[in-house]
Amino acid sequence: MDIEQVRKVANLARLDLPDTDLAELARQLTAIIGYMDQLKELKTDDVEPLAHPLPVQNVFRPDEPGPCLPVDEALRNAPARSGDFFAVPAVLDSE
Amino acid sequence: MSLTDTTAAELVVLQARGDATAEVITDAFLAAIRDRDPKVRVFLRVDETAARERARAVDAKRKRGEPLGPLVGVPVAIKDVLCTKWVPTTCGSRMLENFVPPYDAHVIERLTAADAILIGKTNMDEFAMGSSTENSAFFPTRNPWDLERIPGGSSGGSAAAVAAGEAPLALGTDTGGSIRQPAGLCGVVGLKPTYGRVSRYGLVAFASSLDQIGPFARNVTDCALLLETIAGHDLRDSTSVKQPVPGYTRTVNDPVKPLTIGVAREYFGSGLDAEVESAIRAALREYEKLGATVKEVSLPHSKYAIATYYLVATAEASSNLARYDGMHYGHRAKPKPGEKLDLIATYSRTRAEGLGKEVKRRVMLGTYALSSGYKDAYYVKALKVRRLIKTDFDRAFADCDVIMGPTSPTAAFKLGEKTADPLAMYLSDIYTISANLAGIAGMSIPCGFTKGGLPIGLQIQAPPFEEEKLLRVARMYERATDWHTRRPNFV
Repeated sequence: MDIEQVRKVANLARLDLPDTDLAELARQLTAIIGYMDQLKELKTDDVEPLAHPLPVQNVFRPDEPGPCLPVDEALRNAPARSGDFFAVPAVLDSE
Repeated sequence: MSLTDTTAAELVVLQARGDATAEVITDAFLAAIRDRDPKVRVFLRVDETAARERARAVDAKRKRGEPLGPLVGVPVAIKDVLCTKWVPTTCGSRMLENFVPPYDAHVIERLTAADAILIGKTNMDEFAMGSSTENSAFFPTRNPWDLERIPGGSSGGSAAAVAAGEAPLALGTDTGGSIRQPAGLCGVVGLKPTYGRVSRYGLVAFASSLDQIGPFARNVTDCALLLETIAGHDLRDSTSVKQPVPGYTRTVNDPVKPLTIGVAREYFGSGLDAEVESAIRAALREYEKLGATVKEVSLPHSKYAIATYYLVATAEASSNLARYDGMHYGHRAKPKPGEKLDLIATYSRTRAEGLGKEVKRRVMLGTYALSSGYKDAYYVKALKVRRLIKTDFDRAFADCDVIMGPTSPTAAFKLGEKTADPLAMYLSDIYTISANLAGIAGMSIPCGFTKGGLPIGLQIQAPPFEEEKLLRVARMYERATDWHTRRPNFV
């Protein structure tokens, strides 16, 4: 992986990293992915992917309202609060 | 014998006989923590007042003649990845340094209902990503057997707590060996239940198809007692399985006869330390003396397990950790004076500031493995090999009851020894990660020491939902040996 590829992935992952970190990551990820490449030795064309160890099925429950967190409790960890809401930077540019 | 050297089961009996109270027991462990923890550094948080109040409440319950739970008055240390209501839960991360969950994890509710005493929150690798507890954003924990060495990870705090006698029991989590490896390196018993055996409700997610909560204890019976308390179905975790929980403590002393032990030749290859290997071989001979048949089995895809695991786990982590964006809870980056940070820039700087190096590395790796153009070559490929690994176990278990081998290729390594080389650190998980990929149960029990006095762990793996057999097999060995009774010198 070169530094430009790493920069692209960092952007996808929403990580604002300085160039020195990107360069270190390029070196480390190249080594790690090089190791992962041994999986290519295996022929797996006829193998079904296994995403989960259990035969997972949908689990249903009755659609009944239960107790909810009171507003103050829900907002207790908010980095910023505005009245009964989470305060966040503007999502749409107002200018 | 001091109270801090007493097993959980014995602590329950002492109270029933009137020879101790929950308060006296709790005070003894709090004193041990004050004395030993400045050296071992297990705990991120201990609330002495809350623990004592809780102990008094349990004692009052006994005085009133009310029914008491199976862990009455027994202190339990909790890995700081499990949500405790209004008690800080940091996951060893700056991101959650000030996070106080508004609810208890399912296992915490179970402990409370069992009248246990929550004694404190233990240190861990950040977001459970690591094998040495050196990735904690706060400080590294030390191995009680040698304070210059790591306790293993990611549940290193919980393992060290039990080894140092700072708690008789502890909860950890195991995504790729994070209970078994530190248990092995600290000379205690640790068990990773079958995927789905214990509810993950209130466990901060790392890799959701691999994570499982499990017990640490000083012996197999205590381990059975804690597992019995936390296992079972919970509607709030849709992967929690509706299967009855056997009374593990009732049967733990029944030997398994006949017993066929599978030994995978792949677990004895290069990289395995000679002293570790000879301890494992000796343990297998002990089992033969107890009447077991030892048989070679093959897990041909074992050599691909690390590559598979670090693709699957990081892909899931990159998705799970996307929630740490600084909007609803946790750290949020602040704009510099005069600067305007838009939403995306706030996300990206928040994550860069709040997440540590190893977590960033794994999020990057997982994001890459899932990204357009690479997903089939890495993520989907890993899922296919995951099936091959699971099939290996299905075939092997057709010929044996359990599979045994080393928990780790070496005894505890020195602090700082592997931090510069992430891949070398990943390779130390070689024997434990397959169990998570396959979803089976696994356990580590003490089986000897190196010449340098470091504990060695024997790993026992069992088919899904056969924890009862696993515990019985472990107990057979424990009854015949005394490794589990040794204590580190400084204690």
